[in-house]
This record gives sequence, structure tokens and C-alpha cells, in this order.
Amino acid sequence: MNHVSMDVLNAARERAWSMPLAQIAPADPQLFKDNAQWPFFERLRKEDPVHYTADSEFGPYWSITKYKDIMAVDTNHKAFSSLSTLGGISIRDQRADFPLPMFIAMDPPTHDEQRKVVSPIVAPGNLAVLEHTIRERAVAILDGLPRGEAFDWVDRVSIELTTQMLATLFDFPFEDRRKLTRWSDVATTVAGPGGVVETEEQRQTELRECAGYFMKLWNERVNAPPRGDLVSMLAHGESTRNMTPQEFLGNLILLIVGGNDTTRNSLTGGLYAFSQFPEQYQKLRANHALLDSTIPEIIRWQTPLAHMRRTAIVDQDVGGKHIKAGDKVIMWYVSGNRDDEVIANPNELVVDRARPRQHLSFGFGIHRCVGNRLAEMQLRIVWEEILKRDLDIEVLDEPERVLSTFIKGYTNLPVRIRN
Amino acid sequence: MPKITFIEHNGTAHVVDAEIGASVMRAAVDNNVPGIDGDCGGECACATCHVYVEPEWEAVTGSRTESEETMLSFAAATKDNSRLSCQITVSDALDGLVVHMPDGQH
Ligand code: HEM
Ligand code: FES
Repeated sequence: MNHVSMDVLNAARERAWSMPLAQIAPADPQLFKDNAQWPFFERLRKEDPVHYTADSEFGPYWSITKYKDIMAVDTNHKAFSSLSTLGGISIRDQRADFPLPMFIAMDPPTHDEQRKVVSPIVAPGNLAVLEHTIRERAVAILDGLPRGEAFDWVDRVSIELTTQMLATLFDFPFEDRRKLTRWSDVATTVAGPGGVVETEEQRQTELRECAGYFMKLWNERVNAPPRGDLVSMLAHGESTRNMTPQEFLGNLILLIVGGNDTTRNSLTGGLYAFSQFPEQYQKLRANHALLDSTIPEIIRWQTPLAHMRRTAIVDQDVGGKHIKAGDKVIMWYVSGNRDDEVIANPNELVVDRARPRQHLSFGFGIHRCVGNRLAEMQLRIVWEEILKRDLDIEVLDEPERVLSTFIKGYTNLPVRIRN
Repeated sequence: MPKITFIEHNGTAHVVDAEIGASVMRAAVDNNVPGIDGDCGGECACATCHVYVEPEWEAVTGSRTESEETMLSFAAATKDNSRLSCQITVSDALDGLVVHMPDGQH
């Protein structure tokens, strides 16, 4: 770590441990941008694991910070709702006029019905047919990278690879692929000056363009023989072919959004983590079989989604605190994944952990990430190809991070591949 | 210790000694049987410990709980005899149990 970020972290540690407990408000985007959230969660895990913040830009909210308490909330969908009309799944309340229905922000029974339809499509057996193309494209990107000169890993590798993988999964016209990334950004953003979109109107216009584009693809594929891409599978699947256009689009956008920033930031996070723990990379380099445990470990260490939110619909005790119906509850995966009661040396990336799959990054319970095997497959392919080429990638400086309490990721990471 | 046989999708069999009182999932994971992941550590919250139990064993292994039913309904390749192996507790009565595994956990 360089001096500037060390200073920021030291100042944060000072503040985290000296301020009155009641005033701790971890949902501060700037903290995450500065990577300075850690000491606040450390103190909460120790002194007030289920913590109430009475006032914030997001209104009052509970912070759930320990692994076991998070598991208890995540698996109790009868008490804790994901419903978009109650605010949805992130700390910022969802707009009431959100254009498309997505099962991530639904409760049973609708959630269950729609998830059952989509889930088999991203099951390991189905994914095998896509592996070859994904690998080819990953190889082309890696082989095209400059040698001996500085470049931005986020743009040249993480975004490009994730976008190409999405295009592969949907068999989306390749030359238009950056539209996918754009739509994902637009779907998840809050409109405002200087933002991804300036106005809500612009947002709606772009999402209508997305809808039109995918309807065209659907119509082409439904009239052609079934193939291995997700659109064709949705168009021909017994339980999916009668979806309404809204359902089709909602599910499609959810698949795009779900796999976009998360996979991108895991790709960057892995490389950055190895720069912090070089001896771990040497261990992996000496034994490629360790990739089986390395991939889930990277996903834990990075925790690409810092939290998921629920709204209590009945009174419910968690970790000795009384949460009331209507309260906003934040499950801080980013904190639970650093809980040393469950994970030893949690701040470190360790490529050969005994139980690397036991982490919170994909959530648990009925909303557990449906794309988790897909995400792991994509990451595994990239790291297999990097190892095969024995690329010596040097991280040149600290990354810049995303200003968000939800998406935990990077906007750039300067690197150089040594000749 | 009761012996449990796990049969992979490709037919490879693994016979393990299972600890009484632990779950069938634990028996697989602790003995490095490939094909059972157990991501949630046995909380019935991930469905990555999916197995098929031979019908003649159902009386001994019991049947699915409500939350198990829900988690299994999202898993791939489920059958009438699908179970989450973390929800089956090992006892002497399970000596000789044979379970089959799906082609992948999800
Ligand atoms: C490393 C990459 C990824 C991470 C860390 C991640 C994380 C998550 C998390 C935390 C949840 C919510 C879990 C909960 O509430 O308990 C979720 C749900 C979901 N994810 Fe992912 N995800 C990743 C990749 C993907 C990919 C590649 C896809 C595309 C197929 C995807 C699609 C979804 C969908 C559709 C849901 C909603 C599931 C439901 O509500 O039932 N995710 N993901
Ligand atoms: S180990 Fe997660 S459901 Fe059995």
C-alpha cells in the first residue's frame, strides 16, 4: 500500500475507535471509495454487532456485521422482505416506478416461480457448452495486451472480458457488445447531473432501446432451432417460452446486471490481492490445482457486493437486538467475510484455505446468487490462461475505487506486464 | 463408524467412514469426496450438497423439510429422491447407505 492510502486508513482507524458508538454510520460511500470502512466494521463486530444508525442520507438502518447474524437474516425470508415496493435490495430505496420486474426484488411465491425458470439455464451442465467460446475470447484479450508498458487493467481486461463474456452468453451481436455494459450501468444508476444518465427520462429512453433490441433477438431465436445461448434457451425452454415480454426483459436485465460489475470487480480484485500477497501467487504458480480454492477465495476477499438490504415485515430479534416491522436491515457481507470467528486470518488472501467456499459473497437462502457457478467458471478460465502464459503482471499503483456502499469495486488499476 | 457410499455422476464410487451425529454432507466434505460442495456449511441455505437417495433408504433417512424443499426447488436436475445431504444426520442405521450425485452442484 502506498503512503497516501496508509494515512487515510490510519486516520479512519483513529476515528472509528474513538467516536461514540452510536454515531457510527458505515453506509458512507466516501468510506468505501477510500477503502476506509474496515475499522468501523471491526469495531461494530466487536462492540455492537447488530447496530442501529438513527440518521443517514439513506434514512435509519440496522447494520448486521457478523457472519452468523447475516446468515440468520438472509435465510429468514419470512421476516425479511426483498420486495421492491418496500425499498428493494440495496440501502438506497428503489424507485417506485422501476420499469422492470426482477425476481431478486420479489418475495415468494413470485420470486420462487421466476427463479426456477431461470436457474437451470445457468446450471453447470448448461454452461459447459459456452466454456470454449469464453476461453477463446479470454485468450485473444490476454494475447493482445501490451508488454512492457503501463495500461489500465480495469478497462483493458476486466471490463472488456466481462463484456465479451456477456455477449457470448447471450450470443449478442459482438460489435454492439458495449451496449450491454451501458444498459447495465443505466439500469442500476440513479439519474442526476454528472451521473451515468442526466435525467430519469433519458434512463427510460435507453432502457426502452434495450427492450427493443432484446425483443428483436428473442423473435429471431424463437423462430430458429434451439441453441446454447441464454436468449435461445429462454425462448425455447418449456417453462420460459410463455413469459410475458416484461418478465423476459426483467429476467434478462437481471442476468446482465447481476454478472456485470460483480465479475468485473472480481477480476480486478484478484490481481490486486495478489499484489498485496505475492507469496500466495507464488504458491498458486507452483501448483495450478490450487485454483479450485483460489477462485472462491478471491470472491470472498473482494466481496463484490458489499451488502444486500432487506425490510423487516414482522418484529424479529437478531443478535439480541429487537428489529421492528418496517425497519431497514443491511446485511454487510463485506464485514461478515472478515469475521474471524468463522474465517481465520480473514484480511488475508490465502489460496489454500480449508473451506474456501464458506463465504458470504453470493449470499445464502432463497436469493443466493443464481449465477455463482457461472461467475466462478469465468474467473477460473481467465486465471488458467494467465497461469498458462505465466504472465508477470506488476501492479504499479493503488487502484481507484467506486463511490458506492453497494458495489465494491475499482474504476482503474494501473499495471504493466513485464517482458 | 457407519459406511456411506457416494457415487459420482460418472459412476466413480467413494466409500467413507461417517461420524455419528454429523451430517452426510460433512462425511463427504471431510473425506474429500468430489462433487459435494456444502458452501453454506450445512445451514440448508445453498443446495450445493444435493444427492439422490436410493428409495429403499428413505424410511431411514427421513424426508425433506420445508426449507429443504424450497432450496431443492431451485437446484438443477432434481428428482423425487433428491435430498440435501446436510439435512441427513449420520447414525448406525445409515450403515451401508448409498447416495448418487448430480452432474454438478448449483
Ligand atoms: C462474483 C460474481 C458475483 C457475485 C459476488 C454475486 C453476488 C450476488 C449476491 C450477493 C446476490 C444476492 C444474494 C442474497 O440476497 O442472498 C446475488 C443474486 C443474484 N445474482 Fe449474482 N453475483 C455474481 C455473479 C452473477 C452472475 C455472473 C450472474 C448472471 C447469471 C448473477 C445473477 C444473479 C441473479 C439473477 C440473482 C438473484 C437471485 C435471486 O434473487 O433469487 N450473479 N448475486
Ligand atoms: S450444505 Fe448448504 S444446503 Fe447443504
